[in-house]
Amino acid sequence: MDFYDGIDVYRDLTAIINEDSEPTSYRTLLQTADSLKKHLEGKCVVFHVCENSLESIVGYIGFLRAKVVPVLIHDNINRELFNNLLETYKPKYIWLPQDKIGLKGDASPVYRLGHYVLLKTSFNIDYFVHDDLALLLATSGSTGSPKLVRLSYKNINSNAESIAEYLNITQMDRPITTLPMNYSFGMSIINSHFLKGCSIILTNKTLMDRTFWEIVKSNKVTTFSGVPYTYEILKKLRFFSMKLPSLKVLTQAGGKLGKTLSEEFAVNCKQKGIRFFVMYGQTEASPRMSYLPSDYAIEKAGSIGIPIPGGKFLLEDDNGKVITDYDIVGELIYKGENVCMGYALTYADLCKGDENGSILKTGDMAKRDVDGFYYIVGRKKRFLKLFGNRVNLDEVEQLLRNAGYDCACTGEDDNLKIFITNNNDHEKIRSYISELMNINHAGFHIKYIEAIPRNESGKTIYYVLD
Amino acid sequence: MTNKEKYDQIFINCFLIQKDNLNDQLVYNSIKEWDSIGHMEMIAAIESAFNIMMETDDIIDFSSYTKGMEIIVKYGIKF
Repeated sequence: MDFYDGIDVYRDLTAIINEDSEPTSYRTLLQTADSLKKHLEGKCVVFHVCENSLESIVGYIGFLRAKVVPVLIHDNINRELFNNLLETYKPKYIWLPQDKIGLKGDASPVYRLGHYVLLKTSFNIDYFVHDDLALLLATSGSTGSPKLVRLSYKNINSNAESIAEYLNITQMDRPITTLPMNYSFGMSIINSHFLKGCSIILTNKTLMDRTFWEIVKSNKVTTFSGVPYTYEILKKLRFFSMKLPSLKVLTQAGGKLGKTLSEEFAVNCKQKGIRFFVMYGQTEASPRMSYLPSDYAIEKAGSIGIPIPGGKFLLEDDNGKVITDYDIVGELIYKGENVCMGYALTYADLCKGDENGSILKTGDMAKRDVDGFYYIVGRKKRFLKLFGNRVNLDEVEQLLRNAGYDCACTGEDDNLKIFITNNNDHEKIRSYISELMNINHAGFHIKYIEAIPRNESGKTIYYVLD
Repeated sequence: MTNKEKYDQIFINCFLIQKDNLNDQLVYNSIKEWDSIGHMEMIAAIESAFNIMMETDDIIDFSSYTKGMEIIVKYGIKF
């Protein structure tokens, strides 16, 4: 079964609840989604400017059912970037909210649905799009790279199945959209919950908005997802003392949650009877690759867990040899049906079939413990040498974060730059880190920064610092 | 430094703005610096500068420069 064609079996169950608490049934969702079909010609590409609204979801499901290929795009994209993408991919259609019409370039409306409009572009080019290609996602928020990940129907369906299995998703679950749907984590929440006939609560509100928490309570939200920064905010908002009796599942992905914070949430969730899942993935894997079963959330805090059902991990050393011993660090390689077909840099790449053969080199360095749980210890190439000592930048960051400093590390050999949001403790930090690593403090340079530059998913944007 | 000066300085530092911008028009999401992340940074700065711990409701209600002063008065900070 898949999450767009097969879900007509849910008929009158509620598929979507919008910000005004109005329900939409699966039957209505699918009928509306199919109304788009007759305005779409052939296997082609649609630019889909996303928000967490009924119309946006209707478009998404409609495009998948019509076998046209959406490029999911964040609605805060600027015009220049959008135009650059348009020229690179020359889509036949654009699906966007009326208030973003300024983005459109040369295109004219062919269909309207609520506040969304389907536009036909004037690109006079018919290029071949591979039959297996389901959708296209950007690798990183809105950094402007036109590089897209090519995902097949098999990719997104198998990943939705795996996620639904390990989270044990049932019809009773009611997730709320805390992430943009163009972000692979946000997309996977929608996919895996539609698959099981759940009701998805849609909102574009942030955690800092009173309305958000009212929606969580009044719609009895059961499932809540976030990136590491979300969890820092939740802690700051005294999540641990909040009373949210309907909440049953918390999931975390999109970067490494610090061990301390991870443990705190694991302990608090256990007390409240909430299942807490730390997960790991990449857009290239549609996106999920592993999860830490909630029963192990405390014992194995800091781990990305075990491969998802149907997936496999292996670790490779610098010579490409498979590491079989535990606690030895190597590059993490993933194998599974959810590994993307490849990348696209222009529309000409959309005719290509699968180039990866279900194997993804993650670029992350990891180790496996004696019980088979995996731990990310850094990213490939994110290291430098200080006076001959190999230093992992992610580890330095982690050390400083554990000491309570928000920071980002970059630099070159013999010059490790630590950007820090604290303007007072520079000398203290320098001597602390130097002592801890047993490396002369001359190798460390502390620079004050107002805020660590992060993309919308909370990952540090290093090139801004360089 | 008076409490008012401390309070103003936090907004100036957190949101990279000038003293002239500190008025009742300065609200959550009115400038790009004051997004959810900027909000948490500012709250953290306020808490540490005045040595207080705000309740969840107050952190969420802290939605403008003016409202913020009303809120921290509750924690015994005088302007």
